[in-house]
Amino acid sequence: MADTINVDVVSAEGEIFSGPAKMVFVPASEGDIGIAPRHAPLLSLLKAGEVRIQTPEGTEHLIFVGGGVLEIQPKKVTVLADTALRAKDIDEAAALAAKQRAEEALKDKVDKISQAEALAELTRAAAQLKLIEKLRKLKG
Amino acid sequence: MPGTKEIRTKIASVKSTQKITKAMQMVATSKMRRAQDRMRLARPYAEKMRATIGHLTQANPDYHHPFMVTREPKAIGIIVISTDRGLCGGLNANIFKNTIYLMREWQQQGATVNLCLVGSKGLGFFRRLGLPILANITHLGDRPHVKDLIGTVKVMLDAYREGRIDRLFMVNAQFVNTMTQKPTVEQLLPVEPVKSSDLAEHWDYIYEPSAAGILDGVLMRYIESQVYRGAVENVASEMAARMVAMKAASDNAGKLINELQLIYNKARQAAITKELAEIVGGAAAV
Repeated sequence: MADTINVDVVSAEGEIFSGPAKMVFVPASEGDIGIAPRHAPLLSLLKAGEVRIQTPEGTEHLIFVGGGVLEIQPKKVTVLADTALRAKDIDEAAALAAKQRAEEALKDKVDKISQAEALAELTRAAAQLKLIEKLRKLKG
Repeated sequence: MPGTKEIRTKIASVKSTQKITKAMQMVATSKMRRAQDRMRLARPYAEKMRATIGHLTQANPDYHHPFMVTREPKAIGIIVISTDRGLCGGLNANIFKNTIYLMREWQQQGATVNLCLVGSKGLGFFRRLGLPILANITHLGDRPHVKDLIGTVKVMLDAYREGRIDRLFMVNAQFVNTMTQKPTVEQLLPVEPVKSSDLAEHWDYIYEPSAAGILDGVLMRYIESQVYRGAVENVASEMAARMVAMKAASDNAGKLINELQLIYNKARQAAITKELAEIVGGAAAV
């Protein structure tokens, strides 16, 4: 056990990999790093790239990550992977799109409101008519 | 035979409605199972995130990220997660009711309310209130993806960073079980301090590039994962609510068919008796 390290690769949408490894290579934001067992504790952000995991059996797993967070403890490596490709400008564009949608939704608010109001008016009128009819029947 | 034909067509129409509601019920059941799986899959990520935040805050007690500083609440933001489609019982109505309570509570304290709407039902409802809507996203489908939510959440995070809102809440339906979905309010920002449980396993980390930068990245992803979890949980709740509503509708349709069948049989019998009486009467006259 001394010469392996536990690796967990998880994303918000599910677990991707979990198991022991001899060596792990990750694309950290300051450059790729290789992690051997008993690595010093480290926290770093990841950039888009490949996470390479060498298992004790000698097989190699390749996982593509769009970015994320890396946490290393002597016996454990945790990769919190992003499922989406992230960059400042991409995020910015997505935020702008969300804002625009909200503005557009508010723009055609006017006629929607009047429509809703008209409908409400109609139901109120219908209810009043019903009431009048009932009263008439009672009187008659 | 007056009436019998109308009753027959009525029965046929109720039967076809029942077929639809039954199909919707079954679809909702299988979709709910899948949504529950996704809910379970999202859990380890959120837990690891929380643990990392706990480590970070404990290792750097002096550094306070803006997302963790409590400010005087002058304005609040609410992320309301609702469904895109109806026919799911009182699910959306309950979510909106809770949101309005929350809004009133803060408005009484003099805070203004900004909204961020996920799901078209929420958009349809809150648009009428004339409150500022900062961002919205609809048609996430049955399988929401984190990448669809990033932009919407970023608008709220930016608003928080720039001081336009001082609190951020999320309202969504919590999936308790198939019969119960509870609307819940959760505070996303400021992030409440996380107590890390594994103090013994705690080291000071090497930070690349810097503690502040990493904390920023982690917190942003944490909030996004919370909203994602909310959206997935809401889908599961929607499906469960629809399943229950459609089951009730199918049962009611069955009852209605039985009643109509009884009326139809009586009408048919009456017609036959009448006809017989007429024949007998006619024969007697001859």
